[in-house]
Amino acid sequence: MRAALIRTLIDLARENERIFLLVGDVGYSLVEPFAQEFPDRFVNIGIAEQNMIGIASGLALCDKIVFTYSIANFPTLRCLEQIRNDVCYHNANVKVVSSGGGLAYGSLGATHHVTEDLAIMRALPNMTVVAPGDPVEAALATQAIAEWAGPCYLRLAKTGDPIAHQATPDFQIGKATKLREGRDVTLIATGGMLYNTIQAAEQLAQQGFQSRVLSMHTIKPLDTEAVLSAAAETSIIVTIEEHSMIGGLGGAVAELLAELCDSHIKFKRMGLNDSFCSQVGSQEYLRKTYSLSIEGVVSTVICLLES
Amino acid sequence: MNRSNIEGYKTLATRIRSHALRMTNHAKSSHIGGSLSIADLLAVLYNRVLRVDPSRLDWSERDRFILSKGHAAAAAYAVLAERGFFPKEWLGTYCQDGSHLAGHITYGVPGVEASTGSLGHGLSIGCGMAVAGKHSSHSYRVFVLLSDGECDEGSTWEAALFAPHHRLDNLVAIVDYNKIQSFGTVKEVLDLEPLANKWQAFGWAVKEIDGHDFEQIEKALLSVPFEPERPSCIIAHTVKGKGVSFMENQLAWHYKPPNDDELRQALTELGDI
Ligand SMILES: [Mg+2]
Repeated sequence: MRAALIRTLIDLARENERIFLLVGDVGYSLVEPFAQEFPDRFVNIGIAEQNMIGIASGLALCDKIVFTYSIANFPTLRCLEQIRNDVCYHNANVKVVSSGGGLAYGSLGATHHVTEDLAIMRALPNMTVVAPGDPVEAALATQAIAEWAGPCYLRLAKTGDPIAHQATPDFQIGKATKLREGRDVTLIATGGMLYNTIQAAEQLAQQGFQSRVLSMHTIKPLDTEAVLSAAAETSIIVTIEEHSMIGGLGGAVAELLAELCDSHIKFKRMGLNDSFCSQVGSQEYLRKTYSLSIEGVVSTVICLLES
Repeated sequence: MNRSNIEGYKTLATRIRSHALRMTNHAKSSHIGGSLSIADLLAVLYNRVLRVDPSRLDWSERDRFILSKGHAAAAAYAVLAERGFFPKEWLGTYCQDGSHLAGHITYGVPGVEASTGSLGHGLSIGCGMAVAGKHSSHSYRVFVLLSDGECDEGSTWEAALFAPHHRLDNLVAIVDYNKIQSFGTVKEVLDLEPLANKWQAFGWAVKEIDGHDFEQIEKALLSVPFEPERPSCIIAHTVKGKGVSFMENQLAWHYKPPNDDELRQALTELGDI
């Protein structure tokens, strides 16, 4: 996904002189082509994320469109108050990008697990929160947030993420993308969980259960229409995210569903329970421990269907 | 040095002080001490130095002034009102229900370039504006007024490292060094000395001045950048509560609003009736 980001940013920067890229001393063998082509619009701020966000805001208040890039929780939680006050309060045109969303940095340990970002970014006024599901969506999301006036958070997975979309989908901020139609259950995925969700839907189909699969690449503003249609047209909704079950996609959907007093929908959040990873392991290994593997999703959904 | 300039600064500074005293009295709000310590600096900035125009708020070449010590909003609002950025009547609504003017300086009020209130944010924002100015070949300067207390914040020093590295000679940091912070003297809480040496070591061109001596303030502010290709830092030695005898150098006036009697006495001392 990060390659898609930089490729798209280069294309955008060729067209638009207002685009800047700031990095917090990360992006080795990734950001160099941007830095070489636009040396006066690329700044390696150093390992100083608070300063990076403040500078981004200052640039944006002078009419620039500023992407800030770092990994893990460094570009968000380390400088959360700068994002709140300097970016969001000023409604500044700053796009905060984090690479390594979810458990992408698996074995590097919990400091590098990005598992509360959606909840925290979502709580900030003026902030738009986008977590593309695969590299195709990542490229489209980069373009969309560049054109979107105001603060955005873009959560990317890592490199070499599997492709979930066979064709280029229509991509709009705040509009879920439907990848599969079905009436038994709606699976709503965000970020890097999209691929496993699609695979799980295929296995479920082999067992006779038809799933609607939505890529909820925008957590905020949430596509309420897509959720409400799912609630009306399918009897079960499952949200799937590589994120704490508190306040992310599952939280956002739950908030919406809870206010529908006439809804009899069966609803389940899949994600990380409220704890740090106690085990060391790859992303794949850790996903398994949280039932976020393909098999984990399949068995959870079958349990729901059969209960 | 022109005599009439000095008179102009003096008059404006007195107005800033009396507005700020009335505002904090009326609103029963804090931070009069740190508002009084910057009044003379603001008077010179807004009377003579800053290239700003109340009738062209989004003039792209305007100088940017950021009050990083956002709690001294009363003084900043006072000078903006005096310079005609908004009606002086607004000052009477400071911190009141439905007012435009909050207790920490807020973007959106005419003439305010950035909201602050949490310390250690302003210098980074200023760096960004300075980078933007260089990139777009604008000739504007960026002035950031910091408190001594916010030199405790690590983020201040992140920005202090950045500006010289990127040769931001269009950036000026002014430290209101009144030697008192929230809970005691700077020396007691977290000593900053040698402060000028620190900025110098980070790569800034530094001048130390008496922040209440108009000649020194003017001379320093009119001679930026002090050196080509380096950001300028003015360490302004000031007195918290300056201008009101019973407030000077008293920690309590970081918090206490003047009551009606104290306001009367303060205004008498300032010669404002
Ligand atoms: Mg102080």
